Amino acid sequence: MPMSRWLQGARPVCGAPGLRAIDVERPAWRDVAQDVVAAGGRLLALWGSGVSGEPRTMRMIVLMQTSSALVVTARTVRDVAAFPGIEDLFPAASRMQRAARDLSGIETTDADQRPWLRHTAWHRDTSPLAMRQLPAPVPDPVDDYQFIRVEGDGVHEIAVGPVHAGIIEPGHFRFSVVGEKVLRLEERLGYVHKGIERRFTELPILEGHRLAARVSGDSAVAYAWAYCQALEAMAGTVIPARAAWLRALALELERIANHLGDIGALGNDAGFAFGLSQFMRLKESLLRATGQALGQRYLNEYVVPGGVRSPLTTAGIAVLATCVDSLASEVPVLREIYEEHAGVRDRFVGAGAVAPTLAAKLGLLGLVGRASGQACDLRTDLPCEPYSVLAPRKCGAVSGDVLARVTVRFDELIESLRLVRAIFARLPAAEVVAIPVPAPPNGAFGIGLIEGWRGPVAVALEAGPDGTVRRCHPHDPSWNNWPVLEHAIIGNIVPDFPLINKSFNLSYSGQDL
Amino acid sequence: MLKTLRQIAKVGIVTEAPPPADDELRVRQRLERRIREILGRALCIRQVDAGSCNGCELEIQALGNPIYNIEALGIRLVASPRHADLLLVTGPVSRHMEVALRRTYDATPDPKLVVAVGDCGACGGLFGESYASCGAVSKVIPVDVVVPGCPPTPARLLQGILAAVSSPRAARP
Repeated sequence: MPMSRWLQGARPVCGAPGLRAIDVERPAWRDVAQDVVAAGGRLLALWGSGVSGEPRTMRMIVLMQTSSALVVTARTVRDVAAFPGIEDLFPAASRMQRAARDLSGIETTDADQRPWLRHTAWHRDTSPLAMRQLPAPVPDPVDDYQFIRVEGDGVHEIAVGPVHAGIIEPGHFRFSVVGEKVLRLEERLGYVHKGIERRFTELPILEGHRLAARVSGDSAVAYAWAYCQALEAMAGTVIPARAAWLRALALELERIANHLGDIGALGNDAGFAFGLSQFMRLKESLLRATGQALGQRYLNEYVVPGGVRSPLTTAGIAVLATCVDSLASEVPVLREIYEEHAGVRDRFVGAGAVAPTLAAKLGLLGLVGRASGQACDLRTDLPCEPYSVLAPRKCGAVSGDVLARVTVRFDELIESLRLVRAIFARLPAAEVVAIPVPAPPNGAFGIGLIEGWRGPVAVALEAGPDGTVRRCHPHDPSWNNWPVLEHAIIGNIVPDFPLINKSFNLSYSGQDL
Repeated sequence: MLKTLRQIAKVGIVTEAPPPADDELRVRQRLERRIREILGRALCIRQVDAGSCNGCELEIQALGNPIYNIEALGIRLVASPRHADLLLVTGPVSRHMEVALRRTYDATPDPKLVVAVGDCGACGGLFGESYASCGAVSKVIPVDVVVPGCPPTPARLLQGILAAVSSPRAARP
């Protein structure tokens, strides 16, 4: 059945432009997924909802090639039989299905029945998102996670983490190696699971944006905006034009700051400490200018329901414009140094390559997807105001190696500097940068989609009675990209892993929730 | 190579003077003098993310940039708790990191100091205590200094780290 037949009955959804919804019966869940694959669509998110004693639901968001997105909901009549898994169609779905089991108690037919986000903090029979009252934490829990073993002559394992050697987030990597060549990497995440989704349901819906901004600290603006995009549409609020433009400014500043930091760290991981100190210096100058102009170095309080927290003064614009101009003149000089450095280039070329065909099959998203020929960017594919006017250039590469991921970062960094200047040139004049937002009605549902620096960030929000949150699922592109890192490292040497891992720079907190 | 050298010469030294230690951040007085005699100001720090959103980590990383340049102050971030004098811990401590944090603390040789970082490290922050979160760092290991903030600025972090290793000033009137 072609996709068009599903789309005939689709209805619009509050929040992201171009997003529509369909409800299907449980048996049709796999049929839709099959047709999405056939039409070249990709899975963005999958999650479960529902409380004990009531029908549970599974939802997925898929991005279609025709600049549209679809949210599919399947309801269970009784929570008995296992839900049909779609991990053979979308490999990234597997961990999401395992998480739906861990958190919402929805069994699936997934071949991998190991827990994913649940380690020891709660019992298998406890569903933190489905139960109103949770039993006390398990005393003296035993962690008996079964890693997949590789056997053969000379194969040995290297276990790394959860506490890593650098200033990075915790996770566990199990390498099976021969000599220094990696045969297989298995990731185990979930260490920083801190109950974000349940916490959302304890906050008033008009304050949830603050928690959203802390799902992944490096993507605060993207998450807060996605949350507010859903919330405002559910409440029927249209924010002032200037506020939308200021959100885009904040989002691009966030992208620039992260790209500067990553490019510097990647130089460092290739043995070029000069790169780290130069780019960290530039990043610091940007954070200081952001702090002066917008009140915070990291903008986790800037996007608020109805607009943005503070107006941007002429003096603030001048500070940011000066900083952006100096970045625009300094970055190309440093880029040339990177490109001409034989040692750096030698480490970047061919390391951790993900070919476009593999990237398409595994559903690689965001920045690393664009470096592997997956030309997908919400800012151009499903643009909200002001991106429809700003028309950002879509950056990309096809070699899919560390070099490609560095190249895309440089290109996007330079494009974002252009966007910031374009925003200043066309920023609508207005006194008001935030308007009051009423609590959305009980049962209202919306989805925000924002292209953060790492990739598409989704926030699905469901209102409860009296200004409460019934369910909120924030979704990081890292869910989809972590499994691809396991493929990217195959055949590479162990000492290249930090470089390859950094070139992906995925979020632990954003996927552990 | 010439371009690299030219860039280094052009930028020059951008390191700023560190802020003074802030005694207000100190939450525990213990064997003060003895620890500080041993550690002095040459300090090895092991950073532990025990459940943070990664916001605090970004500011901790900034401590190493040429502007704050903590290495010039004799402070190094090291790869193992066994090399560390001080643990810089961000929170909230997730229940899944509780064991790893305790083990990291036990692996750090005595005398050792602990600085809890961020609003979450201080009190659990917006995440609080739940089925998945233990909340404050002090719920799991003893803490000497707390640096609140969401995230705390690099200057604030430096004030906290310096407070942990400097002798307390005379009590204020």
